[in-house]
Amino acid sequence: MTAEAPPPPGPWRQAMRGLARNRASMAALAVLVLITLSCVLAPLYARDIARTDPFTSNVAGSIMLDGHEVDIMQPNDNPLHLGLSPIGPTGHAAYLLGADSQGRDVAARMLYGGRNSLLISSCAAVLCLILAAAAGIAAGFFGGLVDAVLSRLMDIMWAVPVYLFAISLSIVTVSQGLKLGPFVVEADSLLIPIVIIALVYVPYAARPIRGRVLALRQAEFVTAARCLGVPRWRIVLFDILPNVTTTLVVLGPLLMALSLLAESALSFLSIGVQAPAASWGTIIQDGEGLIYTRPMVAIAPGLAIVLVVLALNILGDGLRDALDVRDAARRSS
Amino acid sequence: MVQKRFFAMGCVLAALCAASGSPSFAQAELTTAPTPRPAPISSDSHKGGTLRLAAQNSGGTLDPQVSYISLIKQLETPVYDGLLAFPKFAGSAAQPVIANLAEVVPQPEDGGRTYRFTLRPNLHFSNGQVVRVEDVAASFRRLFKVGSPTAGPYYSHIVGADACLHDPARCTLAGGIETDPTTRTITFHLTQPDAEFLDRLAWFHAAILPASTPPHDTGNTAPPGTGPYRVTRYDPATGMVLERNPYFREWAHDAQPAGYVDSIQVTFGLDPEGEVTAIENGQYDWMYEDVPLDRLGEVGSRYAGQVQIYTLLLYYYAALNVRMPPFNSLKARQALSYAINRHAMVIYHGGAAVATPLCQLLPQGAPGYEPSCAYTKGASPAHPLPQWQAPDLEEARKLVRESGTAGQKVTIIAPLEGRYAAMAMELRSTLASLGYDTSVRSMTQTVQFPYVQNSDNHVQIALTGWNADYPSASTFLQTLFTCASFRPHSDNSPNMSAFCNPDIDALMNKASAAALTSPAESRQRWAEVDRALMAQAPAVPLVQIKRVSLLSKRTRNAIVTLNDEILLSQLQVR
Repeated sequence: MTAEAPPPPGPWRQAMRGLARNRASMAALAVLVLITLSCVLAPLYARDIARTDPFTSNVAGSIMLDGHEVDIMQPNDNPLHLGLSPIGPTGHAAYLLGADSQGRDVAARMLYGGRNSLLISSCAAVLCLILAAAAGIAAGFFGGLVDAVLSRLMDIMWAVPVYLFAISLSIVTVSQGLKLGPFVVEADSLLIPIVIIALVYVPYAARPIRGRVLALRQAEFVTAARCLGVPRWRIVLFDILPNVTTTLVVLGPLLMALSLLAESALSFLSIGVQAPAASWGTIIQDGEGLIYTRPMVAIAPGLAIVLVVLALNILGDGLRDALDVRDAARRSS
Repeated sequence: MVQKRFFAMGCVLAALCAASGSPSFAQAELTTAPTPRPAPISSDSHKGGTLRLAAQNSGGTLDPQVSYISLIKQLETPVYDGLLAFPKFAGSAAQPVIANLAEVVPQPEDGGRTYRFTLRPNLHFSNGQVVRVEDVAASFRRLFKVGSPTAGPYYSHIVGADACLHDPARCTLAGGIETDPTTRTITFHLTQPDAEFLDRLAWFHAAILPASTPPHDTGNTAPPGTGPYRVTRYDPATGMVLERNPYFREWAHDAQPAGYVDSIQVTFGLDPEGEVTAIENGQYDWMYEDVPLDRLGEVGSRYAGQVQIYTLLLYYYAALNVRMPPFNSLKARQALSYAINRHAMVIYHGGAAVATPLCQLLPQGAPGYEPSCAYTKGASPAHPLPQWQAPDLEEARKLVRESGTAGQKVTIIAPLEGRYAAMAMELRSTLASLGYDTSVRSMTQTVQFPYVQNSDNHVQIALTGWNADYPSASTFLQTLFTCASFRPHSDNSPNMSAFCNPDIDALMNKASAAALTSPAESRQRWAEVDRALMAQAPAVPLVQIKRVSLLSKRTRNAIVTLNDEILLSQLQVR
């Protein structure tokens, strides 16, 4: 008697194993987890380590460094006594990366800003995928008038440059907030950038999904289901949706990266996250006026954005490789 | 500050504005005592050459009776003249007006209702035409025809002005201005005494133009003027060129001195950072914009000899709406005045060399200014100190408790641009520390300024600034805090605090009337008005600023005056 061979792993498990073997993707994932964890722990850092309130102006304040009281805004050394510069990176827990033009701890604001940037970009990506899946599946599966209307709508949205579109929506909403019947969204709510960013990227995700659904609609198992009289909603839910999930998963990190860039751009233009809240975009804006004297204020959030976007792209590539059956077959051969 | 200066109602929105002066290449402080000095004619005067200026944007129309942009005023100061002028010799104190196209400054007649001028002979416009008394009368009619922004506020006391304001196209100023070509006399008749009428005749909009100048905004074409330069090219997208007026002969050095350079070239489009670098590299001679904050240290250490620092009649303040909670409570208003950290406000503008904490509604340099700070540690409205010391949070919190307003929602409406954002955050932090639920709503400056004036928008607290067109107490106090200057439902209501106190209005009227007979008494009364207003705290004055201007290494002879800032015609290049 021979032992029965274990069943072959499912496609998802195979994909995860493939991903785990991809060192670059694993490194990217580690970077993302590390940054996310750091940002989640921002209140702890501000309260217990830096001992600072990163949302309150503190230009007239001072800190103790090596037993000496040091002004946060330091006079420039010139005969005319012109200008003051915020304290630079201290190498201490307090003001590790220095202060911004309002005397606030840049490191603490970086972590708080990261929370908002990551939250907005991830929520926008998820919302965008949900909307894009609904639009793409409806257009691809039902075809005809539904497809025509949805596709033209996507074309119109696609025709408008994404940042111009986002800026237009943001300017309208950031001044007045959003009032949808009984629902009121305050102008400084994070929901506003989330919804705007999700909306502007819907066409970018809906198109590939629609293409995939068009192919699936002709697939034998769908034809068979139709012949058997399976209701259309069941076909969509149990035959189409599972087969576009891989596309959605691959698009996820890429959309999150795009959303992060869009959020940073909007916040940099003062039409995203509203002060005194922070995001990496607002911190870059704060640093713009200090670029000659305290470049770290702009460089640090810039580096964080680059790092996260790079990691998300590498992870997205890894996911695509892991979930692409043909690619896997090529690799195994 | 990106765009600068000149905006509404005879005064200026803070970041759209600036003014004023100090001797060349030296830091100046305002003094209250006027110390007229003749313009320095240095032995090494150097005529000729081209002065190269840089500005971020053009200033729009060149029409001197329409433009309310400081860049245009500064560039066209050596192009146009009025009957009177603010003196063009170095000095940081307010100076009385002097005769320019007129032979002398007249004494008021008929109890201040009549002013009689004699036009100087042999004056020519830059097109060669002789200046006649009819040109003077036509210029004042044109002020109304073109809808000059100061036609109503500054010249409505001229007889016939009401009809002109009502129907500008048919403006005649009948009975308001009489001319006699044989004696070159121009006589102004006013409906009522106006203590500042002479100042207003020296104001930029009262430029004398040829009677043939079209009665509409001339846009990109500069009408002929009488000054030492004329505009020969203007493209709002790229730049502007001024060249010598061949018909100019100096008639009064202090009023309109002859220029040194042969031409002035202005290039538009560089941002302030780029302008600083270009001047450091010797590619330009002067930049219109202030030196950006992050370049102050570098400029102060490496180019100190090329820096001009001069005080402006410009301050920033928070207007508190006295008709809306929580600032309908005097104690809440006083609490904020006590709590605000003016030292922080000074830091936001570049430190003590560039800004001064301000505790009162008359800035340094304005007639009637007497140092007084009612809201600082150790002071009170009854016992003010001469200057601000430190915030008094304890007193502020006590007043908030007594007012019963703690916990109320407060929204600060602030301009989006530059230093305003930092000041708004400081205000927010202060209000939060007093127990208010505070938020900041930012909007672009051009939107914010009319928005906060309109009572329909129910603004609780507005962050803004104010600059005088000319040194005058009324420009600050009457314009900003009288019952008449509060116009409900209007975007043009400079009394942003909606403050109205008939007793203080009466005090202001007395101070204004006294100026005709006794300037010293008038100044004293304005100081009383200032203190009376501060006791009511309809606004929180924050900081008065100085301008930091950078010149190239080859530029000499920077003459700075309170009204005209750096006199471009007096700059020399080598």
